[in-house]
Amino acid sequence: MLLRAEDLAKRFGGVHAVQDVSFELAPGTVHAIIGPNGAGKTTLLNLLTGIYLPSAGRVFLDGRELTGQPPHRFAAAGIGRTFQNLQIFFNMSALENVMAGRWLHEGAGFAVSALRLPQLARAERRCRSEALSLLELVGLARWADAASDAMPYGALKRLEIARALAAEPKMLLLDEPAAGLNPTETHEIDRLIRELASRGITIVLVEHNMKLVMGVSGHVIVLDEGRKLAEGEPRAVSADPRVIEAYLGEEVH
Amino acid sequence: MASPAAAAPPSASRKGLVALAAAVALLPLALPNNYTYEVAIVVGLNAIVCVGLNLLIGYAGQISLGHAGFFGLGAYGTAILAARYGWPTPASLAASVAAVALLAWAIGRPILRLKGHALAMATLGMGIIVSVVIATEDGYTGGPDGMSVPPLGFAGFVLAGERAWYWVVAGLLVATVWLAQNLIDSPRGRAWRALHGSEVAASAIGIDPARHKLSAFVLSAALAAFAGALTAHYSGFITPAKASFLHSIELVTMVVFGGMASSMGAVVGAAVLTTLPQLLTVFKEFEMVMLGAVLMLTMIFMPQGLVPTLGRALAAARGRPR
Repeated sequence: MLLRAEDLAKRFGGVHAVQDVSFELAPGTVHAIIGPNGAGKTTLLNLLTGIYLPSAGRVFLDGRELTGQPPHRFAAAGIGRTFQNLQIFFNMSALENVMAGRWLHEGAGFAVSALRLPQLARAERRCRSEALSLLELVGLARWADAASDAMPYGALKRLEIARALAAEPKMLLLDEPAAGLNPTETHEIDRLIRELASRGITIVLVEHNMKLVMGVSGHVIVLDEGRKLAEGEPRAVSADPRVIEAYLGEEVH
Repeated sequence: MASPAAAAPPSASRKGLVALAAAVALLPLALPNNYTYEVAIVVGLNAIVCVGLNLLIGYAGQISLGHAGFFGLGAYGTAILAARYGWPTPASLAASVAAVALLAWAIGRPILRLKGHALAMATLGMGIIVSVVIATEDGYTGGPDGMSVPPLGFAGFVLAGERAWYWVVAGLLVATVWLAQNLIDSPRGRAWRALHGSEVAASAIGIDPARHKLSAFVLSAALAAFAGALTAHYSGFITPAKASFLHSIELVTMVVFGGMASSMGAVVGAAVLTTLPQLLTVFKEFEMVMLGAVLMLTMIFMPQGLVPTLGRALAAARGRPR
C-alpha cells in the first residue's frame, strides 16, 4: 500500500469534521473521494498533506509515518496536491510557477546561487526545460511566459497540476480539479488524469462531477458527515443504498 | 520568448544592472562638489539597505519595521569595537555584521512565525528595544550625544575623501544588486517569491516557509548592518537617530515608493527619498510629513511602486502585451 490512513479524526471546536476514517490507497490507481458538501473531503486532504494536524489517527506513506510533520515534509515524502480555491503564485509567470515546483530537486547552494556560478546556470536551463515540458503536458505551452495573473481560470487549474507534477510526487491529490470548468475543459482534465495514471502516478481525486469520477477512478471512498460511508469500485459504490441515501438526503435539505 | 513576465526574466535584470553600473560610473560628471558627493554616498549606502530589505518585503513578502535597528547595531558594533577596544576597522566591521546576522537569526526564528500585523508589531518592538538600548548604554555608545568612529583603514592605508568613498560605495552597491538579482533568479529566489505568492502552496511543493523567511530576514539584516557600519566609518560620527523607528519607516518608504520586488526600484527609491529632503531643506521640519505623504500617494496611485509602474507604462507604450 502506498498510503495508509489510520483512524483519522479532526475536530474544530465541537465540530467533528472528520471522524474515525481509515483506508489504504494502492499505488498506480486513481482513487476518488466523494461525498455531499461538508462531508469533510477537503479536511481529509488537508490531513493527508500535513496542513492540518489530526486530532487523532495517523498517516503513513510507504510504511513511514508522517503524522505531525509540517506540510513541506509531506511534500518531500512524495505527496503533491492542488487546491480547491486556486493557490497560484500570482507574482510569477506560468513558467516560474512550475520551475518553483522543482524546488525539491534543486540542490544549488547559497553561494553558488548568489554568484551565479556555471553549475547554477546549467541547473537553471535544465529546470526551465523540464518546466516547459510539463506545461506542454498540461496543454499550457503557449502560456509559458505569461504573467499568471493574466491567465484564464481553466488554465490556472492546469497550471497548479503542472506545478505539483514538477515536484515528481508519488501521489498527487487533486482537490476539485474540474470545479468551475466547462465540458471541454473538464474533458481535458479527464484526459490528463488518465495520462498521469498511465505514467504510474497515484491520483487521489476529490470531485463533485460524478461523470468524471466514475469514468477515471478505480477506487472510490464515500464520506458523509466526516465518516467513511462506503468504499470500493465505482459501480458497487454508486449502487450502495447508503450512498444513494446520503446524496438524496442532501437534496432534500 | 522575449515577452515580459510577472517578474523580470534574467535578461531584463541584467539590463537593469548594466544601466545601474553605467549610472554610477557617469554620475561623478554631474557632481560639482564634495557636498553632492556626500549626498551620493549616503544614497548608495541607503540603497544597499533597501536592496536587502526589498528581498524581505518585496520578494519574500514579509514586513520589517525594525531594520534601522540592524543598521544602528551594525554602525555601533563596529564603532565600539574599533573606538573602545582598538580593533582594526576591517575586523570590527566584519565582526559587527556577523554578530548582527547571528542576532537576526536568533530573533527571526520566533518572530517570523508571526504574520502580517503581528510580524509588523514584533519587528517594530525589536527596533524600539535596539534604539533604547543604544540611547541608554552611554558607557559604550555615548548615549543620545552619539560617539565618534575611527576611519576605515588598515596597515597605514585609510579610506578618506569623498571621491574615494564614492567609488567604494558605488562598487559595493553594484555588487549588492548583482548578488541580490542572482539570488532572485535562482531556486532560492523562487522559493522566496513562492512564499509571497502563497505560503500554503509553497509548502505543498516542499518549501520550508520558516527556513526561507529566515534566510531573507538574516540576509537583509546583514546588508543593513553592513551599510550601517560603512555609514559609521564614513561619517566618523553616529547618533542613535540612525537606529530609530523613524529611520526604519524611511527605509520601508524607500522600498515601497521605488517598487516592491524590484532591485532597481529599491535603488531609485533610496535615491529619490534621500536627495529630496536635501533639495527641499526649507521644508526640513516637514520631512516626516513629506515621507508620510509620499507613502500614502504611492499606495493610492501606484501600489506597485515607481519603477515597476514606469516599466509597465513603457511596455504598454511599445504596444507589448502585459
